[in-house]
This record gives sequence, C-alpha cells and structure tokens, in this order.
Amino acid sequence: MKILVTVKEVATVEDEFEIEGTAIADQYLGADLNEWDDYAVEEAVQLQEAGLADEVVTVTIGPEDCEQTIRQALAKGADRAIRVWDDALEDVDVLDVGAKTDILEAVVEDEDPDLILTGVQSGDDSWGATGVALAEDLGFEWAAVVNHLEHDLEDGVASVRRELEGGVEELTDVELPAVLTIQTGINEPRYASLRGIRQAQRKPLDVQGLGDLGVDAAAVEGAVTLTEMYEPESESDVTVWEGGAEDTAGQLAELLREKGVAP
Amino acid sequence: MTSVLAITDHRRGELRDISYEIITAGRELADETGGDLHLAVISGTVDEFAEKLDRDGVDAIHTVDYGEEFNHGVYSQAVTQLYDELAPQYVLAPNSVNGLDYAPAVANELDLPIVTDAVGLETDGDTLAVTREMFGGKVETTTELEGEAIVTIRSAEWPVAEGTGDAAIDAFDVEIDEGALGSTVTGFEEVGGGDVDISEADVLVSVGRGIEEEDNIPIIEELADALDATVSSSRPIVDNGWLPKNRQVGQSGKVVTPDVYIAIGISGAVQHVAGMKGSDTIVAINTDPNAPIMDIADYAIHDDLFDVIPALTEAFQ
Ligand SMILES: Cc1cc2nc3c(=O)[nH]c(=O)nc-3n(C[C@H](O)[C@H](O)[C@H](O)COP(=O)(O)OP(=O)(O)OC[C@H]3O[C@@H](n4cnc5c(N)ncnc54)[C@H](O)[C@@H]3O)c2cc1C
Repeated sequence: MKILVTVKEVATVEDEFEIEGTAIADQYLGADLNEWDDYAVEEAVQLQEAGLADEVVTVTIGPEDCEQTIRQALAKGADRAIRVWDDALEDVDVLDVGAKTDILEAVVEDEDPDLILTGVQSGDDSWGATGVALAEDLGFEWAAVVNHLEHDLEDGVASVRRELEGGVEELTDVELPAVLTIQTGINEPRYASLRGIRQAQRKPLDVQGLGDLGVDAAAVEGAVTLTEMYEPESESDVTVWEGGAEDTAGQLAELLREKGVAP
Repeated sequence: MTSVLAITDHRRGELRDISYEIITAGRELADETGGDLHLAVISGTVDEFAEKLDRDGVDAIHTVDYGEEFNHGVYSQAVTQLYDELAPQYVLAPNSVNGLDYAPAVANELDLPIVTDAVGLETDGDTLAVTREMFGGKVETTTELEGEAIVTIRSAEWPVAEGTGDAAIDAFDVEIDEGALGSTVTGFEEVGGGDVDISEADVLVSVGRGIEEEDNIPIIEELADALDATVSSSRPIVDNGWLPKNRQVGQSGKVVTPDVYIAIGISGAVQHVAGMKGSDTIVAINTDPNAPIMDIADYAIHDDLFDVIPALTEAFQ
C-alpha cells in the first residue's frame, strides 16, 4: 500500500507584528511544519512500521524555501517527497481550495496512492477544506476530522473515528482508496532522530512544475482574492494589571479572595 | 427567486444552535441580494425540525427525509440536487465538523468557490466579501469573490433567529445513489468521562501550550490545590497526553461555566473559546498582549506564567 501525505509549511507570526498591505511584514514571520500535517505524517509512518504501507510519499505545494520543512517530514520517516512550484504560483496571494485541489489531483494521478492523509486544517489560513474537496475530485471515499484509525485496514476498509463537537465521536467505515483528514491527538508525533535527519538529506525530493503535472497555469488563479488584512478591533474592556509578577499575582489573589475563592 | 440556500445542522434528534444562527446570516445576505432565503433540513425527523426552523425571515424550508443521522454522501447529494433545482446565488453551511465533511465536496462537485469559517458576510449583489481570521485569530482578513459561492459560517457569530415565520415547507424529492454514499457511519460514542467533571467546577485553573513541558504541569496543580480549584486545559495539553481527555475545554472538549476561569498560557483560539466564554470572570495570564484570549478576558496579566503562577500559589499558602 502506498500512502500520500500532504505536508504544508505554514507561516508563524511573532507576538508583535506589523501588516503591510494584505500580508504580515516578512521580518515577523517564521515557518514551521503545519501542526495537523505532523500528525498525518506520524500516522503514515506508523502504518508503514506496522507493515501495512510499503511507501510513504509527501507532497507539498511551496517554494524552495520550504525544503527544510519537507526534510523534517522525511526525517520522521517518509520515504520521498514531491514539491510542486511554479512561477505562476509566485504572485498568487490566496491559493484557494479549488486551485490546491487541481494541483494535488494531478500529483495523485501520477502517484496512484491507496490512502491520502491530510491535516484537518493549516495553522495559518485554516481553510480546512482541501482534503474533502480532493477526495470528491478523485472519486475517493473520505472522512474529515479523524482522531483514530484502526491499523488493520481489514479488507481494504479503514475504520475511523471522527471527532465531533462536545466530546462525541462518530465511528465510520471508509473503503480505500480514501482521503482522511487527520486531527491532532490521533498519535504522538515523534521528534526526528539524528539518524533520521542525516538520512533525510539523502532521500529523494522531486520538484515538479505545473507543466510537468499537466495543470493549466490558469487553474492557480483561483476564484478568491485577499483584499484586506488588519488586526481585529478589540471590543474588550479587560483590566490589565501592571507591575512585576509579585504585584500582579497579588492583585489576582485579591480578586480571587473577593470572589470567595480558597481560604 | 432563491438567493440563499442555508443548510441546517442537527445531531441525535436535536437541531444545533448554528441552525438558527445560519438563518440570521442567510436573511442578511438574502436582503442584500434582494432574494429569498431557503433552508434545507436533511435526515432525521425533518418535519419536526422544519416546524422549529420556521422562524422570522425564512421563505421556504425543504425537507429531505432520508436516513436518521448525518451521512456526508446523503448531504452532498441532497445539497447538489437542491442547488440544481433552486439555483441560489449563495449556499451557506455550518463550519461544523460535519459541515466540513460535505461542504468542500459540494463545492468541488458544483465547481463553486468555497470560503470557510466566515465571521462576516457582505455583498452588493455581485461581489461577496467574506471576513475571516488567519493565524489563529491574530489577524482578520477580507476575501472577495464574484458570482456564486458556498460559504461555511462560524458558530456563535450571528444571533439566533427568533419569532415564528410562515415559510412554505415542502418535501424535497431527492434521489440518493446508495452506492455513492462514500462512507458508512456505524455508531457514536461519548468520550472524555471519568473521575472529574470540569463542567461542574466553580473555579478552573486552565493550562495551555505556554506551559511548554509535561514536567511543568505540577506548578499548575499546586496552584489549583492552593485555590481548592480544578485543573482544566486547552487541547494541545490533552493531545500530548499530559492531562486526560476529560480536562479539555472547548469545541471538541467540554463546555464550562465556572465563576472564575484562569487561562494560563492559552492563546484563545476560537475552538477553545467556544468552551469557556460563558465563564463568569475570565482571567488571562499570557506573555502576548495581543493574544485573542485578551478579547474575552475580564482581567489580564501580560507576563511570564513561570513568574506569576508560583507567586500566586505562594499568596495562598
Ligand atoms: C476541529 C478542531 C477542534 C478543536 N477543538 C479544540 C478544543 O476543544 N479545545 C481547544 O483548546 N482547542 C481545540 N482546537 C485547537 C485550537 O485550534 C488551538 O490549536 C488550541 O486551542 C491552542 O491551544 P493553546 O492556546 O494552549 O496553544 P497556543 O495557541 O500555542 O497558545 C499558547 C499561548 O501561550 C502563551 N505563552 C507562551 N509561553 C508563555 C509563558 N511563559 N507565559 C505565559 N504565556 C505564555 C503564548 O503567548 C500563546 O498565546 C481544535 C481545533 C480544531 C481544528
């Protein structure tokens, strides 16, 4: 069985930042492996360790800069990686769900995986929709927000739990080939070992352009444009206690005593 | 003329709040486009649901009597067929776990753009402007699109629609291809029970990722002991196995309403806030003065928890 995992490098923002136009100014941005994708990679690697998967391949849409993040996934045990990038993607400010789906669909057609794992959402733009849209596009079965996957995959069926709101889980059977969007907490993502990090340097990382995949450059323009970005106006009337930790803790202690908390 | 088709949400025989909120959002949008608001209620006791959903501003309700509980295949097929029949300009769906299990599929099937987790909507009839958040609520954005679209809306952003309406209620004749349902729901299970019920606590000392390591959890427990309070947490603490699932506050955890909620090293992501915003008094301790939790906190300390918490514990010992 072959597993394809979508891996995204997400932008992280410092506590204090400035906005320039419709983006956060570069100097306040960092980069990291998307939290949800980390769990997806771990799940795939565990399926491989359980002897169920022969190969775990990652796919990332992103510029060369994000190869460090891709290597992180390789260091955790993925076998090889595909990175899709193109000049046409350079100026796109929102890569919307439809555009991502078109690109990923082309990769899936080349790779022909039995199982696709994506994160539930990405930590930066949090669309939360790509996995399900991709499944529909491919005619695969799917399940969104999966926090448990039975590892026997008996008769090509994945028995999963979907985590609904309010502590209720839905038990669902999904036939392969399928797309599962993976929720945090499904497993314990490993740290990459030193050996893993060394090996990751030698694992294949294949770069594909839109032309290589047969995707029309017009597809990436998408239907959605980002027109504004701003800091949300705070409606709060929060009382901020000032001073050193002793002082602020003292003020909080006073409030708690007023409220009748503790002795 | 249908301009908005809004899909309602229910689970285990109960309509969920978002079903009444989506009426408000849908009505606003329908007014801006000068069209009608149609609702769909799919699966379960649809006639009973339809009666409850018939609130002020709803023009028509389409019931799809097929199956008991949510199945994404039934929803996808029903919404697609309703779209073909009614030709709405906008389809609204809840940004719930189930909404996200079918809305993207419908968008793809119908070749419509999808924008998820909207907190605001505005249209001049042609261009739809959707307000949404990025980076866990640190910034707000406006995204625009032309023409038809499907939008999922965040819960608790629009008020619940009130007042009885006089909507036309009709049974929509849906044709479900059983072979294409795409998954089989086999049951439900409640999780996160156990020894402590945080939803009963008067005082919660709640810890988030700011605590950094499992080895640091005891400083939170010591504070809770000193205050005779209960320890709860945000999701990552439970994901890491540092506290059991029954301690998790939020959308996929427990809803809590204590007299005092002390949020320590918790950013206040929407899914967390969903579980604790009803607390009487909210205190936030966070190094980041711009963390979204500050928007709902009554009192705040912008400082390092590793300095503040021991000092607070000491004040009570
Ligand atoms: C479908 C779905 C369901 C979800 N359900 C839930 C849910 O039920 N409950 C839930 O909580 N989350 C839930 N989440 C996850 C949610 O989106 C956030 O990822 C999570 O709430 C973040 O937890 P946090 O605030 O502890 O961590 P972070 O967002 O990482 O915030 C940590 C905070 O600690 C502060 N900090 C760091 N160091 C210190 C220090 N030394 N002193 C003081 N402050 C410090 C930082 O400034 C930051 O604000 C869900 C997500 C999805 C997609």
